[in-house]
Amino acid sequence: MAGTIYKKPILFAVVVTVGILIGTAVMMVFPMLTPQMHPKLQNLNPYTALQLAGRDVYQEEGCFYCHTQTVRPLKAEVMRYGEYSKAGEFAYDQPFLWGSKRTGPDIARVGGKYTDKWHYKHFNDPRKLFQGSNMPSYGWLADRQVDAKAAEARMNALGFPYTKEEMAALSDKTKLDALVAYMQSLGHAVPRKPRPPMIAKGDMNPLAGDMNAVAEGKKVYEMNCAACHGVDAKGDIGPDLTDKEWLYVVGPVGDDTLFFTIADGTKKDMEFEGRRAKGGMPSWGEFFGKKKIWSLVSYIRSMEEKE
Amino acid sequence: MAEDTSYEWKPVKGFALSGLFWGAVSVLIGLIISIQLWKPELNIAPFLTYGKLRAVHVNGLAFGFAVAEIFALSYYMVQRLTRVPLLFPKLAMVQLYIFNAAIVAAAVSLLAGMTQSKEYAELEWPLDIGVVILWVMFAVNIFGTIIKRKEEQMYISLWYLIATVIAVAVLYVVNNLAIPVGLFKSYSIFAGVNDANIEWWYGHNAVGFVFTTPILAMFYYFLPKSTGMPIYSHRLSIIAFWSLVFAYLWTGAHHLVYTPLPDWIQTVGIAFTMFMIAPSWGSVVNGYYTLAPDWSQMKTNYLAKFFILGITFYGLQTIQGPTQGLRVVSQLIHYTDWVPGHVHMGTMGWVAMTVGASMYYVIPKVYNTEIYSVKLANTHFWFVLIGQLIFSITMWILGIQQGAMWKAISPDDGSLSYTFMESVVNNYPYWKMRTVGGLLFFVGLCMFAYNIVMTVLRAKKIPAPAGQGR
Ligand code: HEC
Ligand code: HEC
Ligand code: HEM
Ligand code: HEM
Repeated sequence: MAGTIYKKPILFAVVVTVGILIGTAVMMVFPMLTPQMHPKLQNLNPYTALQLAGRDVYQEEGCFYCHTQTVRPLKAEVMRYGEYSKAGEFAYDQPFLWGSKRTGPDIARVGGKYTDKWHYKHFNDPRKLFQGSNMPSYGWLADRQVDAKAAEARMNALGFPYTKEEMAALSDKTKLDALVAYMQSLGHAVPRKPRPPMIAKGDMNPLAGDMNAVAEGKKVYEMNCAACHGVDAKGDIGPDLTDKEWLYVVGPVGDDTLFFTIADGTKKDMEFEGRRAKGGMPSWGEFFGKKKIWSLVSYIRSMEEKE
Repeated sequence: MAEDTSYEWKPVKGFALSGLFWGAVSVLIGLIISIQLWKPELNIAPFLTYGKLRAVHVNGLAFGFAVAEIFALSYYMVQRLTRVPLLFPKLAMVQLYIFNAAIVAAAVSLLAGMTQSKEYAELEWPLDIGVVILWVMFAVNIFGTIIKRKEEQMYISLWYLIATVIAVAVLYVVNNLAIPVGLFKSYSIFAGVNDANIEWWYGHNAVGFVFTTPILAMFYYFLPKSTGMPIYSHRLSIIAFWSLVFAYLWTGAHHLVYTPLPDWIQTVGIAFTMFMIAPSWGSVVNGYYTLAPDWSQMKTNYLAKFFILGITFYGLQTIQGPTQGLRVVSQLIHYTDWVPGHVHMGTMGWVAMTVGASMYYVIPKVYNTEIYSVKLANTHFWFVLIGQLIFSITMWILGIQQGAMWKAISPDDGSLSYTFMESVVNNYPYWKMRTVGGLLFFVGLCMFAYNIVMTVLRAKKIPAPAGQGR
């Protein structure tokens, strides 16, 4: 038979079909029939109508050609982006949007990392926040309304729950509002593991009074902090750092508190010396060692004193 | 030759020239997106941002260029190899018109942001139906002609064509299953991890059965034809064919290494990925040994040069690919610019070279003339070769740098050495270099298009002397 198959096109086609279906059956069909391919984390929520509209924009604009949405279980990656992605986080993702290329950073855990205001500013002109960014500007999304009529059909198609009020609220939302809502919805189903504190409570700045540290801190500040707190540190997306008023501390602030704010950032509703934070300050402990952070503290103190 | 007159060359001509046109446009768009990456101001309008144009580039080349040339050259090969004319020539012409309309619609819809956002399966559901119809038309003609054949034995190229027709049909239909919401939007019927697994089962094999098996069909047919040397080993061809067809479908998971996809799927996928070296190199070795008795053709026969360089890049690609699948390599190069380096060695080196040479052979045959300029074809060769090497090599260097910067941890305090922005800034010189490589490639492609067009125009003016069609 072996030789004659090349004379029998139908038989040949059948054998080829069987050949390709074996791998298909084992690697694709069989897994689909098992629960391991359909996990769902308990605190995972379906998208709201506004978030789904934002996800649609994310698809339309091809953001996934530059951004991934899955953090790999590798040490440096978990430090950079947060807890690695779990299979159960994607149960409502039709289609999945993991992506295959990181021209921009992974955004699986970007929800809550920044304030809404930051996102609006960033989408309007990424280069206002990061001079060297090559992300396109998406300010024009603010001129396009969310298609409130289509939204209901889309929620129904996916079987996501919604309320009448939610739908009504869509009518004055722009595509940019929706996109920001989607960004803020990402990555909450897995709790963030707290990093062990880098310093002890009550620690004082070992670099206090060191003029080199102030210069070093200024350099680090200009590269990483100025975009949000302003070049003069008088505040923009983040608060004024030169005044004597602190968000979560009454009266003078301790070195250690400044250190922790910079190292760990703030998250919405996080308890902070008895007050609730608004969030939006990213954490820097993964990027800066103790010395750099203390230098930043020195620099902030130096501005404080000037006043 | 009396026989020639009964063959149906019109669909061959139509698809070959359509594919050339869409290829040139899509490569130009590739050039534009490569500039957008280092000059974001070039995102000049909402429908011309990187996210839109990149989809047009990839779909334009996969569907507009590669699939059109597959149609063209398959219709040529199948008639020659069966020694009967195409069974339904009118159907093939209808297919040609629908095809071109579909490519226009595809480009417009992608620019408008209508996308399923699964790579290589971006087109929305009405276009998917169009693609399926086109493919069925193709299948009917190919199978019909083969069944009516006068040559009892099916040559290797026909095996690869049959595999292509079947595999693409299965892959395309399953991965595009979706819930439509209106005419322009749909949601995948699969979710999350499962959707990812299906997408890359599809995605890897879309590459396999669009950029590999039909190209191998061309290689096995046109290399012997244009050099006069028979394929070195029939037995090697048999082994390479069956092992490739069997193993390809197991390997998609190598695109999902270290993602939440269950570990066993990743591991089995990687194991089969390693195995893929064997069938691939079966064809590479077969190609080299075919020309080996008369290696001097590399100097004297410009087509031999294209084919041998093409199969060389296929060989490099199929060593690099399995290497990339390994976990230790994937953790470094996955998500980086290394991957576009890999992609374009395959597409610009293997696919574009082999298709180009096949067209240089076929166009004069079907127009019954000689190629307009061999000298220009030689210049074309060097431009696309150097352009592609610059592209791939810069991207490999850059990819390794990105991977290294993303994972670098300072030994002093255990903190990450680089912010993401620092790695972005590091990309710019390399991205600019890639544009230079792309420009060379594009110039080479223009020479190719000019050469083909002039051949066609000249043939129309002066009918060639009789007996040209070999
Ligand atoms: C050309 C590639 C590209 C495209 C397309 C792109 N981005 Fe970006 N994006 C980047 C780069 C590079 C950065 C890092 C620099 C910056 O923040 O501007 C980034 C940063 C971001 C960030 C901040 C992430 C963080 O953790 O700091 C968000 C959020 C984001 N992009 C969302 C989007 C969305 C939503 C879209 C689609 C509307 C999009 N991007 C399209 C390249 C891109
Ligand atoms: C993405 C924008 C952003 C960047 C970048 C940023 N910050 Fe902040 N920062 C904020 C926001 C928003 C708050 C307020 C947080 C809150 O309300 O929970 C804040 C709060 C702070 C505070 C507490 C201020 C107070 O009044 O209590 C300090 C100190 C601070 N940031 C320092 C820094 C330093 C140092 C850097 C650079 C390493 C930096 N920030 C970078 C947004 C940012
Ligand atoms: C034995 C053969 C091959 C193997 C095992 C292989 C393996 C791989 C792997 C592992 C990746 C994923 C890289 C990553 O994202 O980390 C990849 C990507 C890719 N390869 Fe290959 N490759 C092979 C041959 C080819 C050939 C011949 C082509 C022809 C053009 C090709 C085109 C591509 C494309 C287009 C991608 C990008 C997919 C995407 O992310 O969109 N490959 N390949
Ligand atoms: C002038 C020549 C070309 C240039 C400048 C160019 C440029 C690009 C760029 C910038 C990307 C995006 C890479 C990224 O995601 O970072 C890309 C992707 C791609 N190109 Fe090209 N390209 C060219 C030619 C071609 C040709 C001839 C083909 C096919 C025959 C091709 C097929 C692809 C494919 C399949 C992808 C998707 C890869 C992926 O998903 O990883 N390109 N190209």
